[in-house]
Formats: sequence, structure tokens, C-alpha cells
Amino acid sequence: MLNSPAYMHVPDGFLSVPVSIVLWVVSIAAVGYALMRVNKDLGERQVPMMGVLAACIFAGQMLNFSVTGGTSGHLLGAALATILLGPWAGVLVLTCVVSVQALIFQDGGLLALGGNIFNMAVIGVTVSYAVYRVVQKIAAGRPWGTFVGGLAAAWFSIVIASLAAALELALSGTSPANVAVPAMGGIHMLIGIGEALITAGALAFLSATRRDLLKPGDATPAGGRLAWVIGLLIALGLAVISPIASSNPDGLEWVAEQLGFLQNAAEPTFTIIPDYVMPGVSSEALATIIAGVVGTLIVFGVALLVAYLRRSHSGAPEQQA
Amino acid sequence: MHIHFADPYRAGTSVLHELDARVKFVLVIAFILTTALTPVGAWPVYVLLLSLVLSATLLSDLGIGHVLKRASLALPFVLAALPLLFTVEGRPLLVIPIAAWTLTFTAEGLARFASIALKSWLSVQAAIILVESTPFTQLLIAMRAVKVPRLLVAIFSLMWRYLFVLADEVLRLLRARASRSGHSGEPGKRPGGTLVWRAQVTGGMAGNLFLRSFERGDRIYVAMLARGYDGEVRSFAVPPLTVAHWIVLGAGLAVLGLLLAFAYLIWS
Amino acid sequence: MNNARNGLVQPNALQTEHGTALSGAYAVEISNLSFAYPDGHAALHDVSLTIQPGQKVALVGPNGAGKSTLLLHLNGILTGQGHIRVNGLPVVSRNLARIRAMVGLVFQSPDDQLFSPTVFDDVAFGPIYQGLPEPEVRRRVQEALAAVHMSDYATRVSHHLSVGEKKRIAIATVLSMRPSILVLDEPSAGVDPRARRGLINLLRELPQTIIVTTHDLHLVRDFILRTVVMDEGHIVADGPTGEILRDAALLEAHGLEMP
Repeated sequence: MLNSPAYMHVPDGFLSVPVSIVLWVVSIAAVGYALMRVNKDLGERQVPMMGVLAACIFAGQMLNFSVTGGTSGHLLGAALATILLGPWAGVLVLTCVVSVQALIFQDGGLLALGGNIFNMAVIGVTVSYAVYRVVQKIAAGRPWGTFVGGLAAAWFSIVIASLAAALELALSGTSPANVAVPAMGGIHMLIGIGEALITAGALAFLSATRRDLLKPGDATPAGGRLAWVIGLLIALGLAVISPIASSNPDGLEWVAEQLGFLQNAAEPTFTIIPDYVMPGVSSEALATIIAGVVGTLIVFGVALLVAYLRRSHSGAPEQQA
Repeated sequence: MHIHFADPYRAGTSVLHELDARVKFVLVIAFILTTALTPVGAWPVYVLLLSLVLSATLLSDLGIGHVLKRASLALPFVLAALPLLFTVEGRPLLVIPIAAWTLTFTAEGLARFASIALKSWLSVQAAIILVESTPFTQLLIAMRAVKVPRLLVAIFSLMWRYLFVLADEVLRLLRARASRSGHSGEPGKRPGGTLVWRAQVTGGMAGNLFLRSFERGDRIYVAMLARGYDGEVRSFAVPPLTVAHWIVLGAGLAVLGLLLAFAYLIWS
Repeated sequence: MNNARNGLVQPNALQTEHGTALSGAYAVEISNLSFAYPDGHAALHDVSLTIQPGQKVALVGPNGAGKSTLLLHLNGILTGQGHIRVNGLPVVSRNLARIRAMVGLVFQSPDDQLFSPTVFDDVAFGPIYQGLPEPEVRRRVQEALAAVHMSDYATRVSHHLSVGEKKRIAIATVLSMRPSILVLDEPSAGVDPRARRGLINLLRELPQTIIVTTHDLHLVRDFILRTVVMDEGHIVADGPTGEILRDAALLEAHGLEMP
């Protein structure tokens, strides 16, 4: 789709299989719990409301404003959804948004979807919620709590989620931590400012038009404390781990190697084709050539088959719609 | 008046269009998993995976050029893996001295980088073939078949229904804003306002969209109640797969399994 | 700036700051405009139309005739094949900012146009975007709200207004830019009869060149002298409103009803 804020949508190929699987398991657990809570809190109204609001966040991500020199700021919407819907509905709405982006628009991969749900729906929402609640507590009911809370929640949710994505890439061995963490974190500290300003603008609009949707204190659904604690722990954990990991990438690399045992292209244990079949041609090169020939034959065969099917189709024109 | 992002499904009568969505869905996931598990530097396996995905494109009638063009979408992310070229230790291919540092470009780093880029490119192609040959409603059935919770599938279904309605609403908001973003051309007046103001206006648009969506959600709920909705999501039972579909599914999984076995016998 | 037309303006009505850029030019000049949407649907076929400064013109025709598509070309939101000039200025990307200050486009749904927390913020959007100093912005807002007879509404919240009130505010949001051309898409749609009457009176007293699309032939009959009938992307008739509204066969053929 056009102008999507895709910096954080990790495509397939960038997360190792063990990392992907772990993140899938965590995300499934989180989404399962959120489904249960939403079922209890919102009841039957949930399906149409969640569906429309997921569509709303998805479409809202097209909203942009020009920053400078052709670049533009976008809305991601995790903080806004969390503040307006509470953490559990927020997790569901963002999960739907991230899933449809991956499945339909290839914004982020399918195997990597567990990770993307974890970063944007689980971390994005719980961190937003924790930060928002903390600021509200400090504000103690004064009206600035909503706006400052919104600003802070939006900024932190973006930055913390990006740090998580960077660490996942580092754990997968696709990007060294001492490059990925400062790069992703740095970019998202800027992107987060746009997100924060848009979120605050949206809250200003809603507090002028439908203050009832923003009633402070009302956003404490059952299990809210759990989301609060998880969000706070994630935010603090990542804020501490990221600098350590980026200044000392060896430790993380060690973990990555342990996790990446499945893919480590170590020495071949044994070889079917002897190392050199012809002088100057390695078995590797030969295998690649053979694969190339086989692959070409497969594609060619399929092309012939399709051409043949087409011809037999056009022989019976009345079947064509 | 419709927005640039349209439903990616392209109607057709190809072999792949006719194939059951559940079979396609599982095969695509298996393909992406196989690609992810293929070891670094196992080039012959990547070549064979590419031939599979190209064959699927041919069978789908979507056009190889079209699929490859759309597959370039995920390419910018490759930047994230670029540092590997220099940080992976191994046989140096090129040494670039920059001031006090030296960047060592290694063969192993190149292999790792190229493998990641290939994996990403192959996976995206498979995902594109799936969504462009399968209507969304069929994908919903496939989701139910792989045990995605019924409630989540129902939310997906409603989200899809209103996605384009709301995208059109966003388009109209953006047009209304663009229409008033004028400048008299007088010297000394800088158009555009401040960055913070522009961001807040965009926020107002987001709030407006949210409020209208919220109210629409309520109206939809009432309309559903009026037709007997009681909070329970019901749907038709999914018909069982035919024998032919089981054979296609089995054969596809077997091919992918063989490729993986081949990859691990030689490269690990 | 060229305020040559101020002499024609009623004392309490708005000035038009961005008046005719070239003397003797048409307000709007469209030649051989064709447009197809990205999905292949052809919405306009070889449309040519000229409008004199100060003229009030109605575009009528059935749904899908291409009326709204044509309006979106007047300030370059859509760009098709062919040429358009506004006050003598070609509608091309380097002129868009100036053209959007000259052409005030009022959308069919006021909800699309009113996206700020208060009425004041919405009406101030155009002037702030133009980089005007704050006192001038305030003056423009007051002036625009006065012109639509909504001076007391500055601090109100747009969302809670009635449809008729929202329509007026939407018109004020473009009047504050002091456009010389007002373009309104279906101004009377969804408005009750009394508010509709008020809108007609308002449009009648505005001095700008006005182009409206509408199905509401009563509105057309009441104050618009020239009517253009569109169908399937073509202009099928163009002439004095009186004559067109008497041509029962023409109206019938293009899905319109005699008022």
C-alpha cells in the first residue's frame, strides 16, 4: 500500500526460525489472553466494534504530514488505540491490523508475523498503557495528564517496539546489535515524535468532541494491572538490555549462535559429491549448475503445461466467462 | 473514487485460482518455513526454491513480471542486513580503509547477506501468489481451517468489509486538506505552518476518523442486532478437502521436505 | 493584489483577494479534459468548458456522470489529459499552491472537511497554512464566519453541529482563504428545507464565481443562470437555466426531474 510506515514490519527471511517460533508462542499466548478478556469486558458488541476500529487504525496509517524534503510523518496508532480502547482490545485491534498488513499487503512477513505482532501489538500496546497510566497517576486527574500521557505513550511505544525489533534481528544473526540497536532506535526516536504529536492532536480532537471516550480512570478494565506491569517490565527491560547489547554484541552473538543451531552453515558433515569432480570445478559449483538446469526444466515444463491447458481452453470458447 | 491500495485479489481461472485456499495457505506457509530453514550458502536449494515459486507464478497466470515487481516491495528492508557484509568474520574479499578504521568485506559476510536477501525475496513472492489468487473470504476459511480463533476470524471479516470504506474516508479527508493547502504567492509568507501544527492537524484528522469509526461500529452493531445477532458468531461448516486436494497438499509438502533434506545432507 | 472587482461587491460581503490574475482571462477554462481512474473506469471524456468571472454555474446530471470528478480537477487534486486554466494560470504542479488559494473547494460531506477540535481551528486552517500572521488569521476567520452568518460559532465543536450548520462552516473554511472561485459539491444534500433555503440565500449573496454540482433543480432554478448537464463523462447540454429546465425530453433522457 501507499506510504505505509513499514520501517518496523520485519519481512520473512530476517528472523531466524527459532526466534520466529519463540515470538509466535509468546504472541499467541498474549492474543489468546486478550481475546478472553475482551470477551468478558465488552461482550457481544465486540465483533463489529473491533472490526471497524481495526479498519480505522489501518486506514488511519495513511494519514501523513510533510516533515521536510519529501519525507513525511505517519500514524501507527498503537498508543491511540490503547488509550481509547484499553489494553486488551488494543492488542486485538493491532493484531488484526498487523496480520492483514502481512497477509494481504506483504507489509511484514508471514513467518515473521509472530514477531511483528509481538513488537507492535503486544509491546506497542502494553508499553503505551503502562506509560499512559504512570503519567495519569502523576497528573492526578489534572487535564494535562491526558495529553502528556498520550505524547509519552506514543513516543515510548514506538521507540521500545523498535528496540525489540532490533534485538530480534540481532538474535537472529541478521544484523549486529551494535549497528541495529542504535540505527533502529535512533530512527524511531524521530518517528516517535511524529507519532506523539499526531496522537496528542487526535486526543485534543476527541476531548473537544466526545470527552466521554477519554474519561480518566475509566480505562482500567479487568486485568488492566497485568497489562500495566507487563508493559512497564518490557519497557524497562528493553531500555536496559539494548545499550548493554549494543555496546557488548559478543554476548548477544553467543545467544544467537545457541539459538541459530539449526541454520549455522558449519562444515559439511559429509558430502555426496566428491569435492572436485573436474579440475577447477568444486562440488558446490557443480551442484548449483545442476540445480539451475533442473530448475529451468521444471519452470519450462510448467510453462509448456500452462500453454497446453490454455490452448485446450480456447478450443472451447463457450466456457470462457 | 477509490484509493490506491485495492484488494490485491485478481480474479482468474488458472489452476492455482481453482486450488482450495486451505491447501494454498498451508503450502505457502510451508514454503516460507522451508526457505527460512535453508542454510546459508546452499545456493542450489535456493535455485530450486526459485524454480518452484516461478512455476507457481506461471500456474497462477498472474504474470512473472507483475509478481517480481510487487516482490521488490520488501527489498528496502535488506538495509538492515547490510552491516553483515563487514561484521562477519571470514575470508576477506576487499579491505576499505576509512580514516582510523578498516572495513573488511568478507566472503562469509556476503554469503550470509545474499542468503537473507534471497529468503526474503522468495517468501514475498509466495505470499503475493497466495493473496492474488485467493479471495479474502477464502482466506478466512483457510484461517479457520488452521484453527485461528473464530472470534478473531469474525473480526478480520468485519475489518475487511470496512477497510475500503474507511480508506476512502481517509482519502477524502486528505483531499479536503490538500484543497485548502494553498498559498497566495505573496513574497515573505512561508506556506505550510509549523511542523507541530501540521502534525496536530493530522492528529485532528485521526481523531475525526476514529470518532466516525466508533459511531459506525455502534450503528453496525445495532443493524446486526436488528437481524437477530446475539453475540455468537456463526458460520457455515467448512467442507472437507477432496482427495485430489489432499494429494496436491501431500505432494507439495513432500517436495519441500525433500529439498530441506537435500539442503541439510550437504550443507550442515 | 488585484482588488479590481471590489467595486462589484456588496459592502458586507467578502473581498476576493486572489482575483483575476490576467485581465480578460476566464475564471475557469477547461479544454479537452479526459480522465480515467486507476481501476480503468473512464470518468470524463473530452470535456471543454469556460466560465466567466463572477458567473454562477450549476453542473447537473445523474450519479456517476463525472460531476465530482470534474470538480476535483479544478484545483489539481486529480489530473487528467487536457488543459485547465484557473484565472489564466495553468493547473500544473508548480502552480498548485496558488491555485488552491484561488479555488475554494467545499466537499459534499462536511465531516471530511471539519477535522479540527473547534470551528475556529477549522476555519483558520487555510490562512495559517498560507503563513499569515495571527491577527490577520483572526480577522479572516471572523470575516468568513460573518459571511456565512455563523459569527457566534467560533468556539463551538464542529462535530456537534447540525448538518446545515456544518455545511455553512465548511463554506467558511474555504472563504477564509479569500478564493475568487467557490466550488461546491452537492451543497444541499441531506439538508432540511429551512436550512436549504438559508444556504441558497447565502450562495446568492456571495460575490465569487460559483460552480455547484447538484441534483437539486430547485436550487438551480432559484439563482443560477447557467446550467451544464453532464452524463457518462460528457457535457450533453450547456445553456441558460430557464431553457434547460423547460426541456423535459433532455431532463428525462439524463435521469433528472423537472422542478
